[in-house]
Amino acid sequence: MTGPDQRGRFGRYGGQYIPETLMAAVEELAAAFHAAHEDEAFAREFEYLSRTFSGRPTPVYRADRLTDQAGGAEIWFKREDLCHTGAHKINNALGQVLLARRMGKQRIIAETGAGQHGVAVATVCAKFGLQCEVFMGVDDMARQAVNVYKMQLLGATVTPVESGSKTLKDATNEAIRDWVTNVRSTHYVIGSAVGPHPYPLMVREFQSVIGREARAQMLTETGRLPTAVVACVGGGSNAIGIFAPFYDDPVRLIGVEAAGRGLNSGAHAASITGGRPGVLHGSFSYLLQDEDGQVMPTHSVSAGLDYPGVGPEHAFLNDQHRAEYVSVTDEQALAAFHQTSRLEGIIPALESSHAIAHAMPLAAELAAKDIVLVNLSGRGDKDLDIVRGSSGG
Amino acid sequence: MSRIAATFARLRAERRLAVIAYLTVGYPRPDATPSLVEAAARSGADAIELGIPFSDPLADGRTIQATSQVALKGGMTVARALEAARAARATTDVPLLFMTYLNPILAFGLERFCRAASDAGIDGLIVPDLPPTESADLRRAADATKLDLVFFVAPTSSEVGIEAACRAATGFVYGIAVTGVTGARAHLDEGVLPLIASVRRHTTLPVVVGFGISKPEHLAALEGLADGVIVASALLDAIARSPQDPATQVSRFLRELRSAPAR
Repeated sequence: MTGPDQRGRFGRYGGQYIPETLMAAVEELAAAFHAAHEDEAFAREFEYLSRTFSGRPTPVYRADRLTDQAGGAEIWFKREDLCHTGAHKINNALGQVLLARRMGKQRIIAETGAGQHGVAVATVCAKFGLQCEVFMGVDDMARQAVNVYKMQLLGATVTPVESGSKTLKDATNEAIRDWVTNVRSTHYVIGSAVGPHPYPLMVREFQSVIGREARAQMLTETGRLPTAVVACVGGGSNAIGIFAPFYDDPVRLIGVEAAGRGLNSGAHAASITGGRPGVLHGSFSYLLQDEDGQVMPTHSVSAGLDYPGVGPEHAFLNDQHRAEYVSVTDEQALAAFHQTSRLEGIIPALESSHAIAHAMPLAAELAAKDIVLVNLSGRGDKDLDIVRGSSGG
Repeated sequence: MSRIAATFARLRAERRLAVIAYLTVGYPRPDATPSLVEAAARSGADAIELGIPFSDPLADGRTIQATSQVALKGGMTVARALEAARAARATTDVPLLFMTYLNPILAFGLERFCRAASDAGIDGLIVPDLPPTESADLRRAADATKLDLVFFVAPTSSEVGIEAACRAATGFVYGIAVTGVTGARAHLDEGVLPLIASVRRHTTLPVVVGFGISKPEHLAALEGLADGVIVASALLDAIARSPQDPATQVSRFLRELRSAPAR
């Protein structure tokens, strides 16, 4: 299970549903990515900067008090929250910007929801002296104001997106429109495992450092593989990054989507558990859409999960029953946020709180010899205002 | 011979550039489209492209984003667009094409959509997020219902990409005049001329230029080189300036576009 095929398909999912203006660019990108992937010098530079700039490897950590609270399996965290810029997003940002430099692109654009991907891209662009423009929905700019300021401090231009739902989906539309216009000079760093081929593949490869490290670390620390690996899924980049190195192991892989105010409320962002296949942003995958094929507005307390689509590899893993997809409400995620802060001394991102919220009852069902490994994809500093404003506190 | 092929054959014999007018179905009002099609056809449009609105039109600039939102808020659906097309067909014999993104077609069902479009009097389809490499299923459905399926070439297209579009297209080849999204522009990008020449090396199909076309000067510059132009955002902008009487705006705009360029 190491797809995609030559045409960028994971089974029936994926592909390249893009305007003709971008076709040559994605072909060039696929060729450059394959060449870089074969090039040991590229791998060495990526590894060196991951270590010295991003702060890798991140540790795995046994969450003792959450384990006691659940009263079943051991709960462990992969600490991506300790990465430079506060989330796993730096892995992909670093990889893609290194690739853009190899391709001679001087200008970098990105979309962002919670702002974590935008901050990561702005950070790497500052390091390399590249021009950077980040598209962000105005609603997200309001709820993630600190990240907007961070991007500006790092020298990036943050362009407000007023269209549509004013969140991640529309920021992605605007980034694609910019790319269509400036494709010769510009590389578009997509932040999740979505988009046309080769993006889902590329993002998985840059993020799978998470799973490779975690697998080896769990063997070192516990002498065995986890029973289950749990990660939140918006577009699905942290999940695919921790899942992929476990594909051939007898390990359950569980993706947790955002159920918002509940799957029956219509106000959620659970594409696999609540949607059906369609085409958005260049690939065929599960999508929240109405009967007429119009993309539906989404809701999640977590801006990073507030997206109507999902990476095509997740759609494939779901249909193959290699991974399970479940969902967690805003309320459950907020409760897990508080619990983790108080019991572990770790303030998790609201995105990652969704994974923890599922891991707790799962651990309770399992035996003491079992291990549940949660990808703690980011830290919660950016979410303090949202949590303070919610009733959960 | 298809209605599209017959129209281009006639215009070629007359040495005239085809003008294809684009209208967002359901803009500026849910029931406006049939009368606007009639007005456009009477005012010199040689064919009409009917845009079925989509929530996320990522090849489109501000104008078509805005008209799509208005149409969707007014309740436009694929089924209603088919009804509008049927009513429009009753007013004119010019070729009618649907332009929409792939997802509404997928949701309706590829074969069901093609059958319904053909029954409603539609002659061809334009799908801007469907490159030739992903088009096998829609091609089968279009062929079975005698719909033409148009593909794009862009200033950034590789020679291989141009060849693929020319091989895949029926009806005509859509030459994108700018590296960018749709929207009226003051000047025609000179880069479109070598693009037209490339297309001619691979196909005898008509080449129609769109994106940014807004003025008589643009038509004059393409006379004798392209087979036609598509005018979309500039026409919709004209409607937006006077939405209470859109038919008059459409007629006036198309007549002025056909007039000699100002000197």
